[in-house]
Amino acid sequence: MKTEQKRAEMIKEISGVNPLKCMKCGKCSASCPSYNEMDIKPHQFVSYVINEDIESLVQSRSLWKCLSCFACIERCPRDVKPGKLIDAARQIVVREKGQDYLTPDEIPELIDPDTPQQLLVSAFRRYRR
Amino acid sequence: MKYSYYPGCTLKNKAQDLDQYARASAEVLGFELEEISEWQCCGGVYPLGSDEIATKLSSVRALNDAKEKGQDLVTLCSACHHVIKRVNDDMKNVEDIRTRANNYMALDEPYNGETTVLHFLEVLRDRVGFDEVKKKVVNPLTGKKIGAYYGCLLLRPGKLLAFDNPENPKIMEDFIRAIGAEPVIYPYRNECCGGYISLKEEDMSKEMCRKIEESASGFGADMLITACPLCMYNLNKNNGGNLPVYYFTELLAEALGVKEEVKAQ
Repeated sequence: MKTEQKRAEMIKEISGVNPLKCMKCGKCSASCPSYNEMDIKPHQFVSYVINEDIESLVQSRSLWKCLSCFACIERCPRDVKPGKLIDAARQIVVREKGQDYLTPDEIPELIDPDTPQQLLVSAFRRYRR
Repeated sequence: MKYSYYPGCTLKNKAQDLDQYARASAEVLGFELEEISEWQCCGGVYPLGSDEIATKLSSVRALNDAKEKGQDLVTLCSACHHVIKRVNDDMKNVEDIRTRANNYMALDEPYNGETTVLHFLEVLRDRVGFDEVKKKVVNPLTGKKIGAYYGCLLLRPGKLLAFDNPENPKIMEDFIRAIGAEPVIYPYRNECCGGYISLKEEDMSKEMCRKIEESASGFGADMLITACPLCMYNLNKNNGGNLPVYYFTELLAEALGVKEEVKAQ
């Protein structure tokens, strides 16, 4: 088990985000179309990283609710890029062996005759390694 | 004028019409789309991790192919456009990614972001000009009230994509005017349709699409246009056919008088 400090560093490194730049204006959460579905809200991600509580982040269902719509990244007045932090937390989950959120076995159940290829490649890229 | 063209995986499968209407329209408008040979899938979403290299290489290959031909690279699918434009920005401006990608690729000459990436709509606006498009219209879509659905991937992040104003875009509205129809501006035109969430959590996407369609209908739109096969899928799946959704290239082909020709193919 990696230490929480090390995992916090990993998130900062993968995301390239400096969470200390955040001024807690909440614009990211106000912009987020998945806000209601998230247990940890976009503006709270920075605090979890600063406080090195990465276990809560990796257990959070928010990781799988983020749509990568870039609304938070576009609107952040401090260029903190909350979406990149969320993705980095997602990466430290899926980069562990056996932690994929989507596996090929699930696909036949999930598709219909109109499912575009784009949907499958996008989901695989976000949900697994 | 000849452009390198990157169709992407979906335009060869479920979104063939998006591609075919674009090719036929390009011919009428006097430019050629030369498909890159042996292009590889862009991956659909831009890899956000700063340490991601392998997931960007397919885009680098396409970009370098266009560079070697001395052509600008045209994309049509919103996702391909997003991914390739951002990877190009990485190759131009992020030294670590540029170095590592080039070390891996071992090209005859390193790729440093030289290629210009253009969405088909940008070609219409910046190269052909909407006034010229208008002149070539033989079948104006007079009286149609069309809502432009931008979604996320064409617009954001605005600084990197430099496609249009990400909060108040107008390129698709200008396009709608050029083909003789009336644009309907509605608040949800740059909100997300749910994207890939619809694979595992259909209900979330349903709710988002419902809001988009209510917003567009409420402001008087008869139909929506999109450039994205995934937006098309999500919107169509979730609206019960109340508000038809078209690829913008289909309406372009219709206005230019080549739609039937494409359909007969």
